[in-house]
Amino acid sequence: MGKVIIDGAIADNQWQRLESDALESGVPAQGKIIVPLAYWQENRDTLIARGDVAVWLAPGEEPKDLEDDLDSLPLVAIHFPAFKDGRGYSYARELRTRYGFKGEVRATGDVLRDQLFYMTRCGFNAFEVRADRNIEEALQGLKDFSITYQGDVNDPKPIYRRA
Amino acid sequence: MYVYQEHDQQLLEERVAQYRDQTRRYLAGELSEDEFLALRLQNGLYIQRYAPMLRISVPYGLLASRQLRRLAHIVRTYDKGFCHVSTRQNIQLNWPSVEEVPDILAELADVQMHAIQTSGNCIRNITTDEFAGVNPKEIEDPRPWCEIIRQWSTFNPEFAYLPRKFKIAVNAVPDADPALIGVHDIGVQLVHGANGETGFQVWAGGGLGRTPMTGSVIGEFVPWQDLLPYLESILRVYNKYGNRDNKYKARIKILVKALGADKYRELVEQEFAELKDGPMTLTKEEVERIQSCFSAPAYQTEDTAALEAKLAEDKAFSRWYHTNTRAHKQAGYRAVTLTLKKTGRVPGDISDEQLEAVADLADQYSFGVLRNSHQQNMVLADVAASDLYDLWKALDALGFATPNLGLITDIVACPGGDLCALANAKSIPVAESIQRRFDNMDYVHDLGLIDLNISGCMNACGHHHIGHIGILGVDKKGKEFYQVTLGGRGDRESRVGEKLGPSFESDQITDVVENIIKLYVEKRLENEPFIDTYERIGMDPFKERIYG
Repeated sequence: MGKVIIDGAIADNQWQRLESDALESGVPAQGKIIVPLAYWQENRDTLIARGDVAVWLAPGEEPKDLEDDLDSLPLVAIHFPAFKDGRGYSYARELRTRYGFKGEVRATGDVLRDQLFYMTRCGFNAFEVRADRNIEEALQGLKDFSITYQGDVNDPKPIYRRA
Repeated sequence: MYVYQEHDQQLLEERVAQYRDQTRRYLAGELSEDEFLALRLQNGLYIQRYAPMLRISVPYGLLASRQLRRLAHIVRTYDKGFCHVSTRQNIQLNWPSVEEVPDILAELADVQMHAIQTSGNCIRNITTDEFAGVNPKEIEDPRPWCEIIRQWSTFNPEFAYLPRKFKIAVNAVPDADPALIGVHDIGVQLVHGANGETGFQVWAGGGLGRTPMTGSVIGEFVPWQDLLPYLESILRVYNKYGNRDNKYKARIKILVKALGADKYRELVEQEFAELKDGPMTLTKEEVERIQSCFSAPAYQTEDTAALEAKLAEDKAFSRWYHTNTRAHKQAGYRAVTLTLKKTGRVPGDISDEQLEAVADLADQYSFGVLRNSHQQNMVLADVAASDLYDLWKALDALGFATPNLGLITDIVACPGGDLCALANAKSIPVAESIQRRFDNMDYVHDLGLIDLNISGCMNACGHHHIGHIGILGVDKKGKEFYQVTLGGRGDRESRVGEKLGPSFESDQITDVVENIIKLYVEKRLENEPFIDTYERIGMDPFKERIYG
């Protein structure tokens, strides 16, 4: 079982993210799984009945596509095929501020230490750091700055409105 | 200038530590080239043809004398003794080493400077009129708004990995575009509402580069309180829907054009509806805090009689005065441009010793502040009438008093193929060759205002599209060629020039410019500037003359 950063600490990764080709013969009988948006949309009722299921969004798939399902999801993953594709930052922020999603928002894929601080500010609270990188060291990335000018998901007040 | 608070300074120091560690990990092999690329670009570090290039941020072009002295020290210690003023009012070092950049950043942080977001696919330096705050035509000082936008954009977590670079400019002059807002990703025009309240007309989707175009008005009147939520809305739409498959189609201009301004506005309004009246709304206290940093310096009452006498008796001084200085809000004061365009010198280059000399002049004559202009010149904005003669003498000794501001030899040119890895052709030798051809200052003055811009490639760092005469370096089977455009403007308004025709070899380009000018001289009406003649007679006579 791999490791994941959740709420600033390293934990065992309970969830398995599945690509669509791994789902051709259906979902595994057991275990917590994160399925692609399209698979969720096609098999929504069966998946809800199975339980232990979450959804991941690829770039181009927006939180709006999950708007009616968020209450039934414990976790939404936002996948970064490449760390330079920044759409996921806006998606995370929307999940938190527009849709008020309280569950886990997890970054998966090309997730690296030097992006974690920004990701946290946009509403991610869980990070599957890329497997070839040291997750302990990546923890440092959560603390790059103690000063921020803008408000963010964790504190919507910009610096000029803070006490 | 903006006065750094403790937290502003701390942020810079944390940045230096962060970047130092990133550099260490890169050199230790813990970060791949590609991973470090994105990180170093967000810090203005390019790997160029012969060496790295470090772009240092100069927010809206303002530099204090102590910052100039620190830059002098840096270019002497870490570079070859000179640096370069860019067309976005920044400063570039052409020969730093990757290993020493963290030390350079630490030196910069000591004087409240940095290289944050001077490159990369993020929000870049905020630029404005180099005469901001002293321009008699502006409705309000735009610099506090630039600073407010700067803080919002600095390490904005959502917009660090945009589809492409993103440039914002602010203008406060009506019926003119000294900040080139028409060709920026976002252009912010200060306007006053019916009751005199400050607001902004917000443009989006302008830009130069491969597909030059002017922007569209997205927000007709954005009240000042809503500036940041409105900008955030524009950025969010772009971040979500900008093209990420093809870097040549990734700028916001392509998205605005594809969707149409009306659709783009509709998407922005949807985002804005959620943010309006929320915590991002600007407060009066914050705006006043920032504005207080830009209050007018302690001007004296000036008697201009002595100046008038000097102007009458010294012809060279008078020529310089009428060419390189301009009207000021404050009676008895002038804004002085230091032309970094002496023939034989790279446009926009300045040495360590000159930086120090200029710092001393800023202290002595202009309240310790200097500005960079997007035409690669420098400005001492607050010079008393009684100091002008002495300042002129001092600038002349430095080679910064060439009386050619706005004239054909005041050429804007990117570093080009001599230094830049992106360039298709050289820019600097072309600039020099044209300057040498037009070596008679009386003739240059007779020709009047002509913007001549040269870029070594499509990326258009030399802003060739908005030159009255634009020259673009292109590569044809490994050989340098130059394409000419006419009729671009970056003065009263921003407009993209039209192509003259097939491109020219490097040994032809100076003749072509000369022939364009000869035709203008034949066709012009009395006192008619080049651009007006061009707009009156059109492209065809020029085509005929050059290719006929």
